[in-house]
Amino acid sequence: MDLTFYIAATIALFATIMVVINTNPVHALLYLVLSLLSVATVFFTLGAHFAAALEVIVYAGAIMVLFVFVVMMLNLGAKTEDQERRWLSAPAMVLPAALSAVLLWQLGTQLWPRGYITAAGLQEVTPKMVGIALYGPYLLAVELASMLLLAGLVAAYHLGRHDD
Amino acid sequence: MFSWITPDLIAIVWGMVKAIIILLGMVLTAAYMIWLERRLLALWQDRYGPNRVGPLGLGQVIADMIKIFFKEDWMPPFADKFTFVLAPFLAMSLMMLAFVFIPMTPNWGVSNTNMALLFFLAIAGLAVYAVMLGGWASNSKYSLLGGLRSTAQTISYEVFMGLALMGVVIQAGSFNLRDIVAAQDGLWNVFPQILGFIAWVPAALAVVHRTPFDLPEAESELVQGYHTEYSGMKFGMFMVSEYVGIVMVSGLTVTLFFGGWDAPLWFDRIPGIGAFLGEQIPFVWFAAKTFIFMAGYILVRAALPRPRYDQIMSAAWLWCLPIALINLLITGAVVLWRAGA
Repeated sequence: MDLTFYIAATIALFATIMVVINTNPVHALLYLVLSLLSVATVFFTLGAHFAAALEVIVYAGAIMVLFVFVVMMLNLGAKTEDQERRWLSAPAMVLPAALSAVLLWQLGTQLWPRGYITAAGLQEVTPKMVGIALYGPYLLAVELASMLLLAGLVAAYHLGRHDD
Repeated sequence: MFSWITPDLIAIVWGMVKAIIILLGMVLTAAYMIWLERRLLALWQDRYGPNRVGPLGLGQVIADMIKIFFKEDWMPPFADKFTFVLAPFLAMSLMMLAFVFIPMTPNWGVSNTNMALLFFLAIAGLAVYAVMLGGWASNSKYSLLGGLRSTAQTISYEVFMGLALMGVVIQAGSFNLRDIVAAQDGLWNVFPQILGFIAWVPAALAVVHRTPFDLPEAESELVQGYHTEYSGMKFGMFMVSEYVGIVMVSGLTVTLFFGGWDAPLWFDRIPGIGAFLGEQIPFVWFAAKTFIFMAGYILVRAALPRPRYDQIMSAAWLWCLPIALINLLITGAVVLWRAGA
């Protein structure tokens, strides 16, 4: 499981970098799918099987499908690739890289183990545990999220309405 | 000398051998479904079908396979090379992968995981990429339209496919397919979960893109849809993946709604041979039930015309989704009421 974790994490890093530097929009999205799948593998090795399955079902299997769907429909050609290549210059990368470095440093200082290190994946998080947590201490968050989704649904219905 | 042969090692090797036997059996079944489909369609249309090669025409599949292997594997120069090759492999491997969760008998079945049904939904969600990428990478208008249709259809039908199956999960209290089979001892899920089953059948048809849900490759309007530009074995993989999908989805239907390897009706209560029928031949029951559903897929193709695209989409959102939600509500209420809450 340790080895699987490191392999999946390496693939995730590689795929995410490819998402940024790839100039073909569909290829970039496919790298993003690969990145999500390897993150799901990371979740799996850590014992969060339910989160891993949801990562694949929701992100890779539904949201990314819609992304690829839209990009496919736009049918961006060689012109877009040239444009992307021009935009991907070294000066354009400086500020985003700096911003990412600050974010990484923040995360690192928060997550860095202080004195003790606990091994992950010792406990399997079952769907039942997730459900009890969601409908127990996090009930308010679930309700708020559902209201947000309902608002999104109503808005999408309104935008897709036929005027006749 | 043989001290390295531990019981663990034997168990691991035996498990691998079993997995390979199941894989080969499943792929062979899928390949022979092509023959079965052609013969059954012929029977229902009052003609013979392929009956020349070998006894009953059984050699037809082998002849077709040899032919398709030796055909020129042509790739259109305007195609996106890597994705073009990736798509048929994805189609084939994902459909085969989904079969690992299906338990055939109490002892046979590749995987025994507590998340089986969720992993099936994950694989079904990823399977749409095969059609999408095939349609996009071909770089032709018919293929792209086929890919787009297929994506919209699959996303719509996946929404309530998961919801339709959650009733079964609530009843069994587990995502493990073995637990789900065990929970159906006595009463098969198809009776209490009839609404879930009604929603699941079109979703299962849509997952494998069979008639009447074969709009992505509707030949009268889209040539061959997403695999118009494919030839040789790459096309063969798309075609066989459809049949692998049928075997897999039929097996899953049996597991989820028809008691898996459980003997039907009163067969296990026949005096004398009841114990034998009920306990000793689980695979026969599983195979027989799966065969009925596989033949059902062919009958559907023979009997139903292809509906319009907008009719398919409104059937999903206006009928199947509400049915699945109502089923979920009723199942949850009944289970809670029985538990005394």
